[in-house]
Amino acid sequence: MTVAATTPRFKQNAHEALHDERLQGALLHARNFIGRRAAATERLPEFDALRDSARAIKDHTLAHLDLYLEAYERKVTQAGGHVHYARTAAEAVAIVLGLCEARGAKAVTKGKSMISEEIGLNAALEGAGIEAIETDLGEYIIQLRGEAPSHIIAPAIHVTKADVEADFRRAHRDLPPTRDLSQPEQLLSEARGILRDKFLTADIGVTGANFLVAETGASIIVTNEGNGDLTQILPKVHVVIASLEKLVPTLEDAAQILRVLARSATGQDMSVYTTLSTGPRRADDPDGPEEYHVVLLDNGRSAMLGGQFEDMLRCIRCGACMNHCPVYHAVGGHAYGWVYPGPMGAVLTPSLIGVADGGQLPNASTFCGRCEAVCPMRIPLPSGLSFWAFFAQRPALYRMATDLAMRALHLVGRGRGRFSWLPLAGGWTRYRDLAAPQGATFQSRWRARSGSVR
Amino acid sequence: MSARDDIFGAIRRSLHVTGEEAPRRAAVAARLRETPRGVIPERGQGDSGTRAATFKAEALRAMASVAEVARPEDLPAEVARFLRDNNLAATLRMGDDARLAALPWGSTPLEISLGPSDGDDLNAVSGAFAAIAETGTLALVSGRDNPTTLNFLPDNHIVAVFAGDIVGDLESAFAKLRAAYGAGQAPRTLNLITGPSRSADIEQTLLLGAHGPRRLHIVVIGGAEPAP
Repeated sequence: MTVAATTPRFKQNAHEALHDERLQGALLHARNFIGRRAAATERLPEFDALRDSARAIKDHTLAHLDLYLEAYERKVTQAGGHVHYARTAAEAVAIVLGLCEARGAKAVTKGKSMISEEIGLNAALEGAGIEAIETDLGEYIIQLRGEAPSHIIAPAIHVTKADVEADFRRAHRDLPPTRDLSQPEQLLSEARGILRDKFLTADIGVTGANFLVAETGASIIVTNEGNGDLTQILPKVHVVIASLEKLVPTLEDAAQILRVLARSATGQDMSVYTTLSTGPRRADDPDGPEEYHVVLLDNGRSAMLGGQFEDMLRCIRCGACMNHCPVYHAVGGHAYGWVYPGPMGAVLTPSLIGVADGGQLPNASTFCGRCEAVCPMRIPLPSGLSFWAFFAQRPALYRMATDLAMRALHLVGRGRGRFSWLPLAGGWTRYRDLAAPQGATFQSRWRARSGSVR
Repeated sequence: MSARDDIFGAIRRSLHVTGEEAPRRAAVAARLRETPRGVIPERGQGDSGTRAATFKAEALRAMASVAEVARPEDLPAEVARFLRDNNLAATLRMGDDARLAALPWGSTPLEISLGPSDGDDLNAVSGAFAAIAETGTLALVSGRDNPTTLNFLPDNHIVAVFAGDIVGDLESAFAKLRAAYGAGQAPRTLNLITGPSRSADIEQTLLLGAHGPRRLHIVVIGGAEPAP
């Protein structure tokens, strides 16, 4: 049930985006992030040392992920919460729907979550007759427009003020048609009023997580609006949906990464609201949810561990790579065709949906290296792009490599899971190992489902 | 096989581990027990006077307003002044907090109500657990005395913090949390708040008061004196 991709049409998408004058005007705003990040990092002499620290924390966590997950699960359970495991997007959706249906939920408020986009949760909720309400202003706007986010932290960056006014007039029909909505303040005020009622009447609140802390079992969300907090404290049930790699060992570890997150994202030293939630409300608490659930999603992450794309699991979704990408600036996020745009999306997407569908994305690069230069987690994005660029032109080789890997793994039991040499790929494997994704299972399933061989 | 078993199995296959390796288990247990600190920026460090000055400067940068009073008894008058000067209603909601209840609210014109917010309150006052000089951040913990809804639903949020509770960095706030709640334990909610609510989702125009408070007013109690 992973949301459908138009990624194979990347070239056509990009062509259309380049000729869309309205979009080109809106995209100019994406460049504002560059100066803000630069100012914030200049104010902090320790910024690069913190990047090294943040990278080391994630590398350590990933190398011990099974054990930190066990510790985290214990702490959540001790605090009275529940941990659910989802191998696939479809399983994650089924768990959330099950929680909603068991409680007779009619309305679900949502904090901003890229995992929710990845698993296509809104469509599934609506399909089950449950109202899903995005509460982040940008997410609310694109939900009204029936669009996907075009940026991972500024989802409506492709939308103009005039678009928002038109959308609000179309959607908020109970309000006087003569009202003035010409200023952003008026648009914000209208959305605040409408969403306030939704917050107060929702049955379940769904948020993502920026971090899951093994030490205490806390989920951490980082927002500027406060919508995520209203989502997680007002309804009776708080459901967190998060992928496995959000784990960090301790609160100190979260503190290190928090210092690079907001600076890399919006150029703030700290986002306005950083909230740690641990279990449901306590006996002495006058407010907060009565139930606390965490849905932990794999959806391809476990197969990336220990391989070529393990680095990508350090990604904290700050958006710095797309904010500094000339290709993103030119075509915007929708051209990338799936949930994650920009350089991080171009590297991650083929890992999650397969090289056959995602393999066009390496074309979305000039290999200028700015993304790696600004990545707070020091992810070698250009090298990931060249890897996929190599195999996108040689899909048969990629299939052979993965099939070989499957057979080799079958033969040797638990093998190394990667190859240090492959026929025809010496230019690659001379300098690095080739990941052999744990099973070409996703791709073979993808092929089987779409009924075509690509 | 359950999804849980499958996922643990897949992780361990990829990492080429069984999960039983003693050195790995020891490394994880040690990190969770010792909670080592990483890089601590210089900016928030210094003696209590320096920390208070840095906290104030950083909170102002984050678009909060800051006032200082000498004693806890001065808090009600400062809250009344802030509301009056900004032409805000003379109402105030607060948690069931003995420290706040002991203050002379009767000497102000403020109409006081107690308990969590249902969304109709214009103003609220809370007490901070700690404040962080490095970023001008307030740390508030949930509980009977500090309903979390007061941090988000009212239009104007006033937070009192003792000068002696201003620490240099986030790590020191976490250390204080462990001292209060026990190692590995946490309150239901810890809110780290840096300035008032905002959004830049419409054409990157920064607007205050997106869903949470439009104004955040911080009252530092006690100057450079240690907390009582």
